Amino acid sequence: MSGSCGRNPPPFPDNEDLEAEIDARVLDSDEEDEGEDIFTGARSKPTTPTSAPDEGDIFSEEGSYIRSDVHHTTNGLHSDEELDLFTEATVELTLTNTTSQGRREIIGPTASACNTTHVPNSILKPSIVTKTMEELEEEESGDQFELNIAVTNPEKIGDGMTAYMSYKVSTQTTLPMFANKTFTVRRRFSDFLGLYEKMSAKNSLMGCIIPPAPQKSVVGMTKVKVGKEDSSSAEFVEKRRAALERYLQRVVAHPSLLQDPDVREFLERDELPRAVNTQTLSGPGLLKMINRASDAVNKMTIKINESDNWFESKLQEVENEEQLLRRLHAAVDSLVNHRKELCINTAVFSKSVAMLGSVEENSALSRALSQLAEVEDKMEQLHQQQAFSDFFILAELLADYVRLLGAVRCCFEQRMKVWQRLQEAQITLQKKREAEAKLLWANKPEKLQQAKDDINEWESKVSQYERDFERVTCTVRKEVLRFEKEKARDFKQHIVKYLESLLHTQHRLVKCWEAFLPEAKAIA
Amino acid sequence: MTSISEDSDKEKARSVSVDLNNDASLLIDIPDALCERDKVKFTVHTKTTLSPFQKPDFSVPRQHEDFIWLHDAIVETEEYAGLIIPPAPPKPDFEGPREKMHKLGEGESSMTKEEYAKMKQELEAEYLAVFKKTVQVHEVFLQRLSSHPSFSKDRNFHIFLEYDQDLSVRRKNAKEMFGGFFKNMVKTADEVLISGVKEVDEFFEQEKIFLLDYSNKIKDSTAKAEKMTRSHKNVADDYNHISGALNSVAADNNSAFKKHLEKCVEVFEKLRKVEDRVASDQELKLTELLRYYTRDIQAAKDLLYRRARALADYENSNKALDKARLKGKDVPQAEENQKQCLQKFDRLSESGKKELTSFKARRVVAFRKNLIEMTELEIKHAKNSMSTLQGSIELLKSN
Repeated sequence: MSGSCGRNPPPFPDNEDLEAEIDARVLDSDEEDEGEDIFTGARSKPTTPTSAPDEGDIFSEEGSYIRSDVHHTTNGLHSDEELDLFTEATVELTLTNTTSQGRREIIGPTASACNTTHVPNSILKPSIVTKTMEELEEEESGDQFELNIAVTNPEKIGDGMTAYMSYKVSTQTTLPMFANKTFTVRRRFSDFLGLYEKMSAKNSLMGCIIPPAPQKSVVGMTKVKVGKEDSSSAEFVEKRRAALERYLQRVVAHPSLLQDPDVREFLERDELPRAVNTQTLSGPGLLKMINRASDAVNKMTIKINESDNWFESKLQEVENEEQLLRRLHAAVDSLVNHRKELCINTAVFSKSVAMLGSVEENSALSRALSQLAEVEDKMEQLHQQQAFSDFFILAELLADYVRLLGAVRCCFEQRMKVWQRLQEAQITLQKKREAEAKLLWANKPEKLQQAKDDINEWESKVSQYERDFERVTCTVRKEVLRFEKEKARDFKQHIVKYLESLLHTQHRLVKCWEAFLPEAKAIA
Repeated sequence: MTSISEDSDKEKARSVSVDLNNDASLLIDIPDALCERDKVKFTVHTKTTLSPFQKPDFSVPRQHEDFIWLHDAIVETEEYAGLIIPPAPPKPDFEGPREKMHKLGEGESSMTKEEYAKMKQELEAEYLAVFKKTVQVHEVFLQRLSSHPSFSKDRNFHIFLEYDQDLSVRRKNAKEMFGGFFKNMVKTADEVLISGVKEVDEFFEQEKIFLLDYSNKIKDSTAKAEKMTRSHKNVADDYNHISGALNSVAADNNSAFKKHLEKCVEVFEKLRKVEDRVASDQELKLTELLRYYTRDIQAAKDLLYRRARALADYENSNKALDKARLKGKDVPQAEENQKQCLQKFDRLSESGKKELTSFKARRVVAFRKNLIEMTELEIKHAKNSMSTLQGSIELLKSN
């Protein structure tokens, strides 16, 4: 395995690191796979690979991850897109199904658990389901490439407050630009943040919609660090693992980002230098905050003279949608919480009914009450699983898109800034020209040369900035269109998946009650 | 209400009691009720062939307090001491809908017209549900009285049914007389039962142990069931909010997945209705069942308590007789007293045994009926949801 687990914890105590690393320090859960099993409670996945020559196995836990990703794109889409499944974008902005593939299985490895019991087996095309990684690779002709990413195996490294969680990042690809076909590395949370920082700062990616990294959480991480092995910290780890996976999948789904050397380094390189710029209280961190504040002020004062309304109206659309999605997310969040509450109350009720049944003197009624307690127990599990679906299929999707829309706004802002820079350069050029004119009039030939040099300098700057602006404008337009297509696809897919999860729950519900009915009728 | 089959149909709609109101000689129902601010006015309708009544068919308006008066009057009646007295109906509780109405009023400005209209509809439905429940529970109380051989002849009961003027005058007097006196006694009933007198009869010993334990457990179950039902209602509410928010997103959206969003809105709307029904059916069949029997068990305990008191009185009378014999004074009175106490105790024991036995049977039958009905409804609702979801999924996938 190419991944390394031998990261040394930083020297203790290291104040600078300590404060800022808080979010990255995590304590381990006892079992490696606990993160993946929490909600399903069943270990129905194949065990994770432990040895090196496991090229196929790296993805065995995501085997069904691939499967469902495959079947998802084949369901409801045209047959020619089926081929596209394995097409990889080798050039910048071709829209390929890597996007759909990159963003597969939001639920990650647990999907396999879901899939084995899932009602929608009816929609799986059997032929596709049985494909293995090797077969998929064989199918591809030379022109089709694929890239699959999974984030798994959260593992605690170190102890106490300096501990952190390390995640396994596994890539499987047929892209020639990578050294191997399958490889794994271990990364920690700050690495992911660092990657985002690097990408946001790049000129080459100016105007691109950079997927935002998952958010830091001091509360969540502290609990995990402190060593609380309760369900909430396990939940937190799972939530983060899934978020990191989605993040990477979105990154590689973006044709330009995939080409970026930093992204490739992130995926391939054994040891990454620590990303210190991601620490909130570091120098660069503070600088960032200040910049962000000043940006916000600037935003309000710039207005671009546009030939068409597209940018202005699009930005408005984006802002509206962000608000509406926020509201929707809040409503779904409330649902998740209430369903969890329902879980707890159902469990408590079940116990109470069991007690009542044990006291009941009529034996048939007593038995029926015990059975009722069992039914309610099963209900609790169903509610639990449904809450899980509510969260991972719907709530997280909405949360991701609220932040993605924020990223879209960022592109528009970047374009603004480029425009502003152009304007300022043009003003400066104008001033230089006026200065030259003044010198000519005042007849000071020695300064004239300087003035002429200045003008030349600024003229080239202006033309450079004009080209930049053109480029950014073009990029933003393309990006927005690409984003909208992806968003549509994502939402469609998730809505269907969510409805399927609801269906599944109701189906199981029916079964539970139908089993209980004869018991109720047997009371005499 | 002219035939027994009609009545038994109506019985099916009742949630907690069975076999009431099928004695054609005295048929009672509450055909409607008015809600004025805080007070509910029930229309109690009686149809009878019995002679003590002046008319064969009549109705009177009654308030909740009148029912309580009747209950207390019966409880205080000495000759019913050996019977399980049907528990008084609980006060109509419109707190839930009222709170919602308040919230609705406050949030009116922040909601869209559709949302407001939807919430208003919901509120009305909830109001109606509470209303139905309280009517039912008052009705069942009267019907238990009418179907019992002793209670149906009770004079206060007849007054309640017939007296066409306001009962509140009579109520006031009664309150002063009884005024919480018995209620205070009942509070310590458990202690008397547990600590007090030595029980000679095996049957009653068993009953005591059983009822005490069962009473605690069923109280607990009722509370837990209420919490669970409330959670279900919250989930249904959330579906409502989600469909509203989805609607806004869909309206604003012109992209390819607009149709998906709109379908989703539909689904959530339907699911909400189903969840609401699930919650209220669960409430009616399960929670109400548990609530009612918590009260009924209490009534049975009260009977045991009264019998225990009678036993205590008897033992005291024995002691008094011994003392009187010792002193040589008032012996005949003491003897008379002792004889009466014994008689009372025997009477209570005899009728108590009968009542408790039939109570067992009644309880089992009620549980059976309600559990079956609840299960059938759960299945029905879940299948409903399934077909909605299946239809939508197919539609969306075929796009």
